[in-house]
Amino acid sequence: MLETPVLSVKDLVVRYGEACPKCAESLEKNRCSVCGCVWAANNLSLEVYPGEVLGIVGESGSGKTTLMRTLYFDIAPTAGSAVLHDYKDASQSIWEASTAEQRMIKNNIMGMVYQNPVMGLRMNYSAASNIAEKIIAAGSRNAAQMTARATELLEAVEILTSRMSEAPKNFSGGMQQRVQISKALANNPSLLLLDEVTTGLDLSVQAKVLDLIRKIKAQYGISILLVSHDLAVIRMLADRTIVMLDGKIVESGLTDQILEDPQHAYTQQLVHSLI
Amino acid sequence: MNNNYNFAFLDEGSKREIRRCTLKAVAIPGYQVPFGSRELPIGRGWGTGGIQLTLSLIGPNDVLKVIDQGSDESVNAVNIKKFVGLCTDVETTNNTTEATLIQTRHRIPEIPLKDGQILVFQVPIPEPLRIVEAREEVTKKMHAEKDYAPLWLQLYESLVKYQKVTIASEYPCMVEDRYMTNPSPIPKFDNPKLHNAECLYLFGAGREKKIYAIPPHTKVVSLAFDDVPFERESFAGKTCRLCKSNNTYLDEMFDAQTGEKVYQCSDTSYCKEVAAHA
Amino acid sequence: MAYVAVSGGKEAIEESIRLLDFYQCSNDRDVEVEAIESKLSLLVDRVMSEAGLYSKPYAALALKQCEGSIEEAVFLLRAYRSTLTRNYYTTEVNSNDMRIIRRISAAFKDIEGGQILGATYDYTHRLIDFDRDSKRAAKLYATMQNSLAEQNPEEVSFCPRVSDELKREGLIDRYDNYDDSTSTHNRSDQESQTDRPPHDVTTTMLEFPAQRSARLQTLSRADTGFISGLAYSALRGFGQVHPTVGELRSGYVELCVVSPLDENESLCVGEILITEVECFNTSDDKDQLKIAVGYGAVFGRNENKAISMAVIDRELDNGGEYPTQDEEFVLTHGDSLEMNGFVSHLKLPHYVTFQSKLDSVRKTRAADATGGDTHE
Repeated sequence: MLETPVLSVKDLVVRYGEACPKCAESLEKNRCSVCGCVWAANNLSLEVYPGEVLGIVGESGSGKTTLMRTLYFDIAPTAGSAVLHDYKDASQSIWEASTAEQRMIKNNIMGMVYQNPVMGLRMNYSAASNIAEKIIAAGSRNAAQMTARATELLEAVEILTSRMSEAPKNFSGGMQQRVQISKALANNPSLLLLDEVTTGLDLSVQAKVLDLIRKIKAQYGISILLVSHDLAVIRMLADRTIVMLDGKIVESGLTDQILEDPQHAYTQQLVHSLI
Repeated sequence: MNNNYNFAFLDEGSKREIRRCTLKAVAIPGYQVPFGSRELPIGRGWGTGGIQLTLSLIGPNDVLKVIDQGSDESVNAVNIKKFVGLCTDVETTNNTTEATLIQTRHRIPEIPLKDGQILVFQVPIPEPLRIVEAREEVTKKMHAEKDYAPLWLQLYESLVKYQKVTIASEYPCMVEDRYMTNPSPIPKFDNPKLHNAECLYLFGAGREKKIYAIPPHTKVVSLAFDDVPFERESFAGKTCRLCKSNNTYLDEMFDAQTGEKVYQCSDTSYCKEVAAHA
Repeated sequence: MAYVAVSGGKEAIEESIRLLDFYQCSNDRDVEVEAIESKLSLLVDRVMSEAGLYSKPYAALALKQCEGSIEEAVFLLRAYRSTLTRNYYTTEVNSNDMRIIRRISAAFKDIEGGQILGATYDYTHRLIDFDRDSKRAAKLYATMQNSLAEQNPEEVSFCPRVSDELKREGLIDRYDNYDDSTSTHNRSDQESQTDRPPHDVTTTMLEFPAQRSARLQTLSRADTGFISGLAYSALRGFGQVHPTVGELRSGYVELCVVSPLDENESLCVGEILITEVECFNTSDDKDQLKIAVGYGAVFGRNENKAISMAVIDRELDNGGEYPTQDEEFVLTHGDSLEMNGFVSHLKLPHYVTFQSKLDSVRKTRAADATGGDTHE
């Protein structure tokens, strides 16, 4: 763990509404009882190292998804910084990047898989075009190259190439998630963001998608930031885990350690409810 | 000439303003310059952008040609010529080489245009990105950031689905490596004529209130992947029934008497000239 | 094909125009322009409003010239207006000084200055009057003249706005970045110095996000049918508003221009008839509610259009997913000239482009037939 982190987030704050001087002592969960503003992310710092899966677990409203959406530029942070090893050698926060640079980061350095495939896919374009979109954005103007890459990636996520000209709107939920994963991998990013990717899928389908993620991690050696409210998913995939509550990190460490010897009362509750 | 109205209909202030926008358009090839489009006695959507350009540029010594679908005598071309004639009294012609100012809808004449000639296009939808994005607010940003990926994606999608590029007319081109530009609904057949031309091409969209230009000797490249060359409409093996040309854009029609499918040049004045010299 | 084509376009057009004359000559009686102006005055008002040109005689003349087609009449007026040099801009009209002919509030029973029902069809039974013969006009004219002669003119008193009181109570918000010249909002002199001049969509292309002045001008000139339908959709549930007509007033307002001789003087150049509406909606204001106003003002007695405008003004402030809340959607598709021009242009020949489409269709089918002659 002495390597340079792929991603390093420092003191991230995402707040909805103007803060007041009394916010600090008046938070009820993540909402200030005096001014009503919401601290969706409250001073988050974390690091993701090469080749590891960092799991983030917490109930809904804990700030997991806010963190992911902020990293993928869907939400603007109130304060804090995030540096990527592959963006300007971690010398500038990605949140200070121009919109064109942000697009480049989203295309080439990070890949995102949303819980809701509608957010990550163009449902009316073919599966092949969904992957090509990323390759075009990265600058390729060679159609055969795009088709070759789309074929390779769809095979990797076990989607029949005979269906690559079909639109994902005709696919099952599990297939849509697999297309999303292949799309996120299109330009060999160094970091994959997975936001509750198995939530809402049937158990058997869930297992298949999780297997796939494990396989991809092994095959591509990619770092993964994995958000889930489901400890089973975390246990299966994450090397290290962060536990979040009300916009804050309450506990972090090796996944096994957290599951076997939880320190924080909330984590204990979470782990016990699993058993 | 109808003396109840100013020369070329519009008041001088309006004409000057349109010329100013035209100069800006020439200075930034392919960039759509917004302008305060004036209302004309001709319907919005019937070529008012082109007509406003023509009216603002025309002088008493100009020779005007108007074509629609390549034809000098189609109703719309006749109607526009009649209107410009009514308020200017300038000389009109069907002969492409004689004209100083040519207004067109949907075609570029077959005879290459020369230095000193201006071709004014009537443009219904100036925004090449409109097929992928409905909102002006968004397409403006896309141009500013030179973000044309969605258009490339559209092109790729047609290859995936049909193994062919299916964009027909209004085929987008990159102008001077900077702005993606809509050449107006000319057929792909005419796109290559935009590149490195001798004449000035001006585009006017009245309803959408935009003017843009492709000045002489400008680089114009039709959208195409490196490995899938740009392809024009093909009329292989077909010739014009009137002038026998085999290298022109052809209209397809049915001979009412024989019930057969026949072809003839869409550029009628070119066709007549070739036929006369044959 | 005959109408396009290869030759004869000129003659065809001339004959077509002659045929239009024929359609207007079914008998030898004519409609006087003056009669159109006064007896079809709501039609005239609508045409003026959609044309954005206030001239009753010209609107009447235009209607006469085109068999009473609203869009054609609007077209004629707009085209005429482009030929006129704009010499002056009027100063801001304060509609508080309106000479009122009708004024109602659906929000309060008693309003300062009183409810004035005025002339309205709202409470008539819509029964066709088969006895309305051609002699009625003369009789009516005589009766009205006598009745007017017997009355003594009264001093005109101006009515305050229904919203004024609510504003004093602080229940209504004002626009922070106030940029236009409508008189919905009271302002001190100090504030008006920071005002931006209104955006004029007839000389500068409308851009998005639009200034409110551009929005109001565009809505005021919009096609009546278009904005009524949109407003209806918002009321039925494709929107958020459930408005109350706070005030609807029709009447005459004076137009003034700055004197060319002395900047501090203004010259009155005439008056126009307008209808103005303020709609009240409850709206969120942090932890409490407030009243949000939608504003509408149109030429002439054009009440449903003014109400619809006020509804849409409010919807655009709300923003959201529905069509009426989408600024670009609403403001770019309601201009009579633009919508009718573009729709009608579909009648023009499209040979060349259609030929090109055919070529594409045929090529993909040829590829299919040969079992996928692909580029991949």
